[in-house]
Amino acid sequence: MSTEPVRFYQVGSFAVGNRLLEDRDRTVQSEPRRSNSLDSGHRACQGCGEALGARYALDAAMRATGGRLVAVNATGCLEVFSTPYPESSWRIAWLHSLFGNAPAVATGVAAALRVLGKGDTRVIGQAGDGGAVDIGFGCLSGMFERNDDVLFICYDNEAYMNTGVQRSGATPPAARTATTEAVGRDPGNVFGQGKDLPRIAMAHGVPYVATATVADLHDLERKVERAMEFDGARYLHLLVPCPLGWGSAPSDTIRVARLAQETGLFPVYEAAFGEVTAVSPIRRRMPVEAYLSLQGRYAHLFGEHPRPDVIARIQAMADDNIERYGLLSGYDYGADRGGDEN
Amino acid sequence: MLRQIEGSRAVAETVACCRPQVICAYPISPQTHIIEALSAMVKAGDLTPCEFINVESEFAAMSASIGASAAGARAYTATASQGLLYMIEAVYNASGLGLPIVMTLANRAIGAPINIWNDHSDAMAVRDSGWIQLFAETNQEAADLHILAFRLAEQLSLPVMVCMDGFILTHAVEGIDVAEQGAVDAFLPSYEPRQVLDPDEPVSIGAMVGPEAFEEVRYLAHLRQLEALDLIPALAAEFESMFGRPSAGLLSSYRIEDAETVVVAMGSVLGTIKDAVDARRDEGDRVGVLAITAFRPFPRQAVRDALAGARSIVVVEKAFSIGFGGVLSTDVAMATHDHACSLRTVVAGLGGRPITRRSLEGMLDTAVRDELDTLTFLDLDTGIVEREQLRMAETRRSGPSAEHVLHGLQSGPRPVDRPVP
Amino acid sequence: MFQIRIHGRGGQGVVTAAEVLSMAAFAQGRTAQAFPSFGSERMGAPVVSFCRIDDHPIRTREPVMEPDALIIQDATLIHQVDLFAGLRREAYVIINTSRTLDQLGLGEFSGQLDPDRLLTCPATEFALEQLGRPLPNAALIAGFAALTGEISLDAIDTAIRQRFGGPVGERNVAAATAAYRFVADARAESAHVAAD
Repeated sequence: MSTEPVRFYQVGSFAVGNRLLEDRDRTVQSEPRRSNSLDSGHRACQGCGEALGARYALDAAMRATGGRLVAVNATGCLEVFSTPYPESSWRIAWLHSLFGNAPAVATGVAAALRVLGKGDTRVIGQAGDGGAVDIGFGCLSGMFERNDDVLFICYDNEAYMNTGVQRSGATPPAARTATTEAVGRDPGNVFGQGKDLPRIAMAHGVPYVATATVADLHDLERKVERAMEFDGARYLHLLVPCPLGWGSAPSDTIRVARLAQETGLFPVYEAAFGEVTAVSPIRRRMPVEAYLSLQGRYAHLFGEHPRPDVIARIQAMADDNIERYGLLSGYDYGADRGGDEN
Repeated sequence: MLRQIEGSRAVAETVACCRPQVICAYPISPQTHIIEALSAMVKAGDLTPCEFINVESEFAAMSASIGASAAGARAYTATASQGLLYMIEAVYNASGLGLPIVMTLANRAIGAPINIWNDHSDAMAVRDSGWIQLFAETNQEAADLHILAFRLAEQLSLPVMVCMDGFILTHAVEGIDVAEQGAVDAFLPSYEPRQVLDPDEPVSIGAMVGPEAFEEVRYLAHLRQLEALDLIPALAAEFESMFGRPSAGLLSSYRIEDAETVVVAMGSVLGTIKDAVDARRDEGDRVGVLAITAFRPFPRQAVRDALAGARSIVVVEKAFSIGFGGVLSTDVAMATHDHACSLRTVVAGLGGRPITRRSLEGMLDTAVRDELDTLTFLDLDTGIVEREQLRMAETRRSGPSAEHVLHGLQSGPRPVDRPVP
Repeated sequence: MFQIRIHGRGGQGVVTAAEVLSMAAFAQGRTAQAFPSFGSERMGAPVVSFCRIDDHPIRTREPVMEPDALIIQDATLIHQVDLFAGLRREAYVIINTSRTLDQLGLGEFSGQLDPDRLLTCPATEFALEQLGRPLPNAALIAGFAALTGEISLDAIDTAIRQRFGGPVGERNVAAATAAYRFVADARAESAHVAAD
């Protein structure tokens, strides 16, 4: 019987800031000299997932491009809290035009840089779910169809947050928003067929599509850097919990994002030219209740008039995702431990 | 070189000489010939370096132009009517951001009812947007104004639209002296942006501005447009000396010196008006013309001075503010408000209705005799109007008005009186 | 100023006819303006185009209300559209047809016009012979030139070659030449008849 020697120091663990990691395995965020693209002083809510996601994504992009980057931002929370006149939190070249046109504006920037012989400067377009899934959808599809050289990032907090938490095309079923209130026979958002923007991006056949959450920093940074290796239209769909809109504790933002992935509700994967190429397996499967119960927008499913039927439908959605993407890696740790979270 | 070519073609070739670097366009009648020509030039490598982006909507066209201009490239687009409205959010955005985009507006009526023919309603819809608006009388002027437009836009850091009447000018073939590359290069230096997206000197463009500063930001934009009142005549003079042919500047006049009655108008109808004025002059009427080229900024002082000697002003315009009256008329009235003379509005040519010399002469005759109403719709078919009103009064569910009017019209063109042989 | 109005159907090159006429006038050092009147863009729909020729700058933009010459590319329009609106007694009329005026039902109407200025010309036949396609516009404008003397055949040929180029241009020139000769001969003949 072979035994492994006991180690008295951590090697190869991905705890952020671990000094014993090889340089190449360390996150951009652990680097004190990172670009801080979205610097401190912005007006985001405490625990804002989008501020976190934007900082993670743009710093990774800045490292990948050697600082040669221009960002185009749609109207939304990120734009509003990052540029309260007369201040700006951005340390990078940044343009905000309108709500629905970020992809088209990014297309124009990319074309100009090419014509001016500055093709080494890369372009990121970014929007919330409203600006990508709904009002910006036409422009985004056009950008995909032309394969314009832009990495487009959608920060998905699943509603129009900046205007007061109204429902968007990305709002999940049963979620409470200001325009899908938790009243009536079917409280919260309807059970529709959804609008799977990562898969729509894949259907355009673009070189790179990926989903990620703010719970896995290494994965997110790796995907941004990978995206920057390609030319053409690339799409990153990032789940960013919103404590205010989701009714979750500010300190739970990362936990909630992780649970979204661990329940199977938010599949994390990569795709290229229309085919899924890699999947982040669920290491410890969680029941959807663990995720839903942390959020006030699902409070009506619990409490006085619980809706186990609705929860079951949501569970079925998670089950479908797990099956479709093959999200269970083989050994389901959750089954062993009865699903208690970390 | 003087060539017999289509107006759209002349505009495209002139724009190409202005060395645009990014062209984003979406096709809409009657602008299609312009962007088709430019697209072919880029594809054949005749216009280079230039990126031609076939965008998926007019909204994308202006948006991509915004991105391109902000990144330091000379950007151009073209549209009309419905397309202009579809991009209107971005139109305001471009001027608010101070981006020197140049756009050709092939003037066309706005629906409903859908109408592809010429009038000025589209330009009027964005007259408050902060864009400079120049109206061309001829195809020569339409082509030449684009050269001026790029220079003007980049000097002031404001977008400029060149308005040319759809079909009437865009699809007319006439003798046009198309500028040569060398001459344009001498007049138009390369684009030096006031602000640019540059990783080496990063700035944030497009911040939200609240109540504490918005008024000042708007006022500064207003001041910049007012600078155009001096800059346009200066550039026109420079153009004239460089190209050896006139550039209208803010406005121009025809037989106005001793005129008692002055007709004010914009665009291609001025040609027909001048012919009508000549005919009335032959009859002894003291009539003249004021042709406005710069509509925004509106040259109040220049208009006031030009009309100082007139007893009666007749504004002939292809636009109309429903429920009120003329659009250009209101601006002219403002400019001449302290001048004791009558002002009459004649709305003509809506939706491409031909404006005939005969009708204009008849209108002038009435005007000279002081019998013109405050507001006249030239050649209005009162029979159609009355029939439709009766029909609508008869029943609640009277159906769509436009369709019934068409049905009531005999099919084909409006009958014209046959002369007695 | 000489004003021409051209009537036909979409797809017959009515708009091109006006353009080429204007280019021919330009080639002769004159001022010319050509523009279409659009109905809906559809093959077979009635289309009108206009051409003005002068030796002074042309300012007016109205449609040609009182044509000095009328070119009718499609005789089926005759009783369907008010083709002759505004026509003056001294106007020239050239109609693309192999039939006679009586056969077209214009016998009576033709009495109102100057017989020397009213002509039929089988332009489509010339086009079919030379081009293999029923596109009568080149032939008709050449016929117009022969009828009115307003433009030379040389200028028409130059304009056609500029507009079309290559073998297509040459074939159109051939059709134009044939039509020009036909009209010139017809006029010469009627002049002889009148002289007798």
